[in-house]
Amino acid sequence: MKFFTEENSSLAEEIIGRYPKPRSAMIPLLHLAQEQEGWVTDEAMAEIAELVGTTSAEVLGTCSFYEMFKRHPVGKYVINICTTMSCALMGAGDLMEHAELRLGVKSGSTTADGMFTLEGAECQAACTEAPCLQVNYRHQYRVTTNQFDALIEELSSSDHEVPEHGVLSQIRQHIPENRFVGVVPPEDVTAAPVWLNDNGSDQ
Amino acid sequence: MSNQDLSEVTVTVNGTKIEAQPGEMLIAAADRAGIHIPRFCYHERMSSVGMCRMCLVDVDTGRGPMLQPSCMVPVAEGMVVDTESDDTKRAQEGILEFLLVNHPLDCPVCDKGGECPLQDQTIAYGPGESRFVEEKRHFEKPIPISDLVHLDRERCILCDRCTRFADEIAGDPLIQFTERGNSTQVLTFPDEPFSSYFSGNTVQICPVGALTAAPYRFKARPWDLEETESTCTTCSLGCRISVQSSRNELVRYLGVDVESVNHGWLCDKGRFNFESINSDDRLTTPLVRDPDNQRQLLGTDWGSALAAAAEAIGQVGPQGVGIIGGSRLTNEDAYAWSKMARSVIGTDNIDAQLDDGLPAEIVFGLPPATIADACEADTVLIVGPDLKEELAILHLRLRGAATKGRTKVVQIGPTVTGSESYAQHSIRCQAGEAAKTLTELLGSGDPLAQQLRDGSVVTILGRASMAESADPAISVAAVIRAELPHATFLPALRRGNVRGALDMGLAAGFLPGRVRIDNPSKALLQKWGEIPTEQGLGTTEMLQAAVAGKIDTLVLLGADPLCDFPDRKLAAEAIQKAKTVIAIDNFVTASAAQADIVFPATAYGEQSGTTTNIEGRVSRVTQKITPPGSTRDDWMIATELAWRLGGDLGLTSKEEIWREIEQVAPSHSGITFERVTSDEAHEGILVQQSSIDLTLPVPQDTPIADGYGLRLISGRKLWDGATATAHSPSLQHLAEPPTLKVHPNDLQRLGIPSGSEVRVISTRATENLTAVADSNVQRGTAVLPFNQPGGGANRFIDATAMINDIRIETL
Ligand code: SF4
Ligand code: SF4
Ligand code: FES
Ligand code: FES
Repeated sequence: MKFFTEENSSLAEEIIGRYPKPRSAMIPLLHLAQEQEGWVTDEAMAEIAELVGTTSAEVLGTCSFYEMFKRHPVGKYVINICTTMSCALMGAGDLMEHAELRLGVKSGSTTADGMFTLEGAECQAACTEAPCLQVNYRHQYRVTTNQFDALIEELSSSDHEVPEHGVLSQIRQHIPENRFVGVVPPEDVTAAPVWLNDNGSDQ
Repeated sequence: MSNQDLSEVTVTVNGTKIEAQPGEMLIAAADRAGIHIPRFCYHERMSSVGMCRMCLVDVDTGRGPMLQPSCMVPVAEGMVVDTESDDTKRAQEGILEFLLVNHPLDCPVCDKGGECPLQDQTIAYGPGESRFVEEKRHFEKPIPISDLVHLDRERCILCDRCTRFADEIAGDPLIQFTERGNSTQVLTFPDEPFSSYFSGNTVQICPVGALTAAPYRFKARPWDLEETESTCTTCSLGCRISVQSSRNELVRYLGVDVESVNHGWLCDKGRFNFESINSDDRLTTPLVRDPDNQRQLLGTDWGSALAAAAEAIGQVGPQGVGIIGGSRLTNEDAYAWSKMARSVIGTDNIDAQLDDGLPAEIVFGLPPATIADACEADTVLIVGPDLKEELAILHLRLRGAATKGRTKVVQIGPTVTGSESYAQHSIRCQAGEAAKTLTELLGSGDPLAQQLRDGSVVTILGRASMAESADPAISVAAVIRAELPHATFLPALRRGNVRGALDMGLAAGFLPGRVRIDNPSKALLQKWGEIPTEQGLGTTEMLQAAVAGKIDTLVLLGADPLCDFPDRKLAAEAIQKAKTVIAIDNFVTASAAQADIVFPATAYGEQSGTTTNIEGRVSRVTQKITPPGSTRDDWMIATELAWRLGGDLGLTSKEEIWREIEQVAPSHSGITFERVTSDEAHEGILVQQSSIDLTLPVPQDTPIADGYGLRLISGRKLWDGATATAHSPSLQHLAEPPTLKVHPNDLQRLGIPSGSEVRVISTRATENLTAVADSNVQRGTAVLPFNQPGGGANRFIDATAMINDIRIETL
């Protein structure tokens, strides 16, 4: 059984083609896998290993290093409440407690309907807007308990723009083929790639 | 470490000036100067990673002292280093306090306790007490990460030695650091165990008790162990090992680092098959066939067994005796049997190889190479077996040379091998046709041809498959000698001390010291008296002669032709037909079970002597435990038999035998007993000279396969039905049952679904096997491992054919 859908399989091939060494595509492919399933399954890691020519253990090693690759099912919306200093001072503790009561789950778990996963997170680099949280890594600033409830309402309806967890399509870049480095490993590259000269300022 | 020019950089360490090589890490330079810097992650055979920070020392390069990890800092001229400064001490205390934060300190129940670098360095450099009062992290302990290795993540200090070894040295990155920060842990992928052939090395290099090996767990405490340095004779590579015992039982082997051979590594087969020596199945008394029930062997005493054997040998003429085997023996034992055959029995029918290697004259006559030569050559050309399966540590050395050095590995063969991942080129040829492919290559304008002609070349030469005769390999040698005269050769012979046995004259037509039988030295004639002048029979010919009724007495010198000779039918008929079969072995092997007289021999670890590896390197094997029952050394059995046959070998100890070898074997002249037992022998003493004139035959064409058949290719696996593996409880289940691998298109053409049972037909046998589709197999060929439990490929092979074909049919 193949893990990637047909469409994603060809996308995977394209992604691998962007790098001189297939292994370099490991993290982009993990993103792709997470986009497809909402989380990274063991089957996905095994298939990625095969695609980039390494062992599943190496893919696991890389995948598990990153908090944002989930290796267990998560809700459609992952809510990260910042619990670091500035947010803590500005009431992140209360916000978390409220969120737990509102969603009926402890931090670190997912609601029974599979809609929300609640997590505590480290500083989200928005300390001036404390307390803050992220929904599928989109910031919400100075969140009060009322605003939190409203946010949940909104996310539960269909009237919002937050894509499901794992979706990357809005930020995926398509690199034109003439900008590919090709299959030449870096150590064999002797001249600057052609596209460097395409831009007048580089000449 | 190699002793190249050391006089380039001068560094001051603790007030003493020491010389170092440019580029060398400070810790290595200090080691050589005898200044010990504590460490956990640094390992001299792997790249530095600076993981543990235990090696911090004060380094002053002109800007004042600064703490730096000595495993990551290359030496520089004028560097001033203090490994004992107050800052260094404080750093060491701090690092140890940190490392022990999560360490369980369960030393009383830890296998490593007593030889644990963490224990030792905590006592030597630690703070004495910890300020950490919180809860340590907890994991399930221990978890098996393979059939052989257990992992206790609580004890792990995350030094990256095991994971680095798996990736960098073994090329099997099946264990990894997973997670991050406080949750970092070594793990395998779920359901994908660390099934590397080299997994045991991680246990040896783990600086704590986090990795333990199943065969040794809770067997002994380090302070109860006795050890002796010896040489592994499981394959013919001769890795140096430390043999360790407790209460007269072998409990562990560790790799010993020698530059010339194994760099401290061992394969799991060599490391763990000591279990077989302790096996209850060992043969401990002589056996003879029960006169009342021919199907049974009965225990007897040495006197009657020896008398019966002497009678069986004595009553047939010298030409009626054939002696097969000898690669299990030490050089001294092999010499005794060589002398016994020629000077007492008067026969030259003797062969240490079971027609599974190369003729002795090829081994002696080709320009020799060492393992080090191969690892420094511009190109290593492999035409032979899958080294990962058959000579595992040679594979590791070549992999290292190819991945870290500038050596290019090129292989020509009919199947995918374990060398594929590091080879510059893997050229697929038809079975038995490597010579043709090589000729074509050298005749072409390919840059590879130029590379082979211009640079240094070491050829690793052997049989690519047990289903082919030695001819294809000889043809390759002929092409190389003609086209690449600068190339040297390392023979890929596999069985234990096969090289030593050949050197001692356990080959028809050859006397000790790599001389032909018609050219004995005076010293030899003086010691041996009258010897045959005509070349005798090799193994295949002896077995044929036995079938034809010309050989009546077969002596199996630790050989098991029914399992190891390529042609089971011929072996079985010969054993059946011979009037008397005498087996000398450690176990009742398949062949010994058919014998009329069986003598129990001492095994590895129970006897001392020397062994010779494929390079011709002589090193010591050492006795550690007392042999069980009434087992005897092979040379003693030879002397006893000689005496009963009215002869006298004049040999009374291994030392005396070596002294005689040194006198009579021209190649070994000057390699005195004193040298062999001195420190020099730690690296082994290389014996390379040989005076054989070798004329290589004109390469022969391989017979063309008919359109219906599949060419049979049969190599050995590391885990197979080998006696020592089969009698090691931890290893025996690692050998997979045999499957026949065929290209998917060939299976489809025959309408056979992959995984189904098929009828396999050869000129020798018709039997059923499971056929599996494998696109790595070339079309028109079938791959079947040689000796898996449950049925070997030897059933289908005709040893007299240059190449073997089979047909498969649906049931
Ligand atoms: S690894 Fe060393 S320090 Fe740790 S429990 Fe074992 S013996 Fe003790
Ligand atoms: S298991 Fe041992 S060798 Fe591996 S990282 Fe941990 S301490 Fe180091
Ligand atoms: S502390 Fe919450 S965003 Fe920085
Ligand atoms: S030995 Fe240098 S950092 Fe570990």
